[in-house]
Amino acid sequence: MKPAPFDYFAAASADDAVRLLAEHGDEALILAGGQSLVPMMNMRLARPSVLIDINDCDEMKFMAADGDGFAIGAGTRQKDILKSAETCTAVPLLLKALAFVGHVQTRNRGTLGGSIAHGDPSAEMPLVAVTLDAAISLRTSNGERTIAASEFYSGPMSTERAPDECLMAVSFPLSTGAGTGFHEVSERHGDFAIVSAAAEINLDAGGKCASAAIGIGGAHPHPVKALKAEAILVGEAPSDALIEAAAEAATDGIEAMDDVHATGAYRMRVARVLAARAISDALAEAGL
Amino acid sequence: MKPRSITLTVNGAKRTAAAEPRVTLLDFLRGPLGVTGAHMGCEHGVCGACSVLVEGEPVRACLMFAVQAAGKAVTTVEGLAGSDGEPSPLQEAFRDAHGLQCGYCTPGMLIAAQALLDENPDPDEADIREAIGGNICRCTGYVQIIEAIKLAAENLREAAQ
Repeated sequence: MKPAPFDYFAAASADDAVRLLAEHGDEALILAGGQSLVPMMNMRLARPSVLIDINDCDEMKFMAADGDGFAIGAGTRQKDILKSAETCTAVPLLLKALAFVGHVQTRNRGTLGGSIAHGDPSAEMPLVAVTLDAAISLRTSNGERTIAASEFYSGPMSTERAPDECLMAVSFPLSTGAGTGFHEVSERHGDFAIVSAAAEINLDAGGKCASAAIGIGGAHPHPVKALKAEAILVGEAPSDALIEAAAEAATDGIEAMDDVHATGAYRMRVARVLAARAISDALAEAGL
Repeated sequence: MKPRSITLTVNGAKRTAAAEPRVTLLDFLRGPLGVTGAHMGCEHGVCGACSVLVEGEPVRACLMFAVQAAGKAVTTVEGLAGSDGEPSPLQEAFRDAHGLQCGYCTPGMLIAAQALLDENPDPDEADIREAIGGNICRCTGYVQIIEAIKLAAENLREAAQ
């Protein structure tokens, strides 16, 4: 239960971090809050030979409106997001999801960017990013690019991030007047979800769904944006039958995993129930 | 990798020792510094027995490397008692309410509870459950721990009046 030896560099700035990544390439990993990476290192499931610590990079800790989005620096700690009234207003789904993330001690260290880059299929922050299709900024020593969260994940803990790229920030679309819902089932509160569902819905003046963002976590090898469920909702007046139809479609395309915690069949069934609850909550909050 | 010299403040005193980057804050405290109050449980961030305050905030000492704590102020359970070794009001409440049995989780529980009381002098049961949600106790069933924290909060509020 002790990590394998590694060399340690404390990056003084984001530029410093990407320079170190370019230098050490595949051997190196970024150390943010360490609440997922360090357990894996302690169990020797991860054995990076170089760690680049970004905890001192203050420029990577910010929360600010950014055009029609709300950008959060990758190094922003989860506890600081919970304490930011501005962020909770701009991206209320994040607040609801954070209530399920770990515990006081882990949220005091854990970062938004760390959770999103780590990409645990059951983790709440990646699910929120995928559901809202947040824009993820990645930087190398040669420049920066942005990728949609819905295209970022390729499997359990695998992403489109290249080894020399550092996740810099995540920009969420502003939630203007939307209602949100977040539900999950886990063994104990604060554990990773067995299944989770997120929803954000806007109603128009006539009471019809103007926009809908639905996502499912924990079932598929990565969080999934439920495009078919969204399409069923948009343009329609909400009803119990509509919610049921959308929830039924929320698992479309999901190939649910069997593991020691639950079977795939259980996950599929629970995903639909949680999707219905998340959609109902979001509609109620949106003023239905 | 070569050991490097790490200086940090532990329970108010400046301490320096050498450690490789891979040494966790927990192993650094318990080993070279000989401060054994924070307990080693799961070593992967699940049990909370190793909780310490870093700059006043509770964290898991098994999930932070000692080198990351350089220059920071760390408080372990040893730092809760008075300078004369008398138990703190929180520790007294754990004794009075039987908030421990085997005692293995107790340092982490005390650190989590102290952090709560520092921020919120009048926590309700939900606040207390949330604050110790990341700490596992295998003896008490948690009920008396919650009562102890409530009692400590009451006693501290009375003393402040």
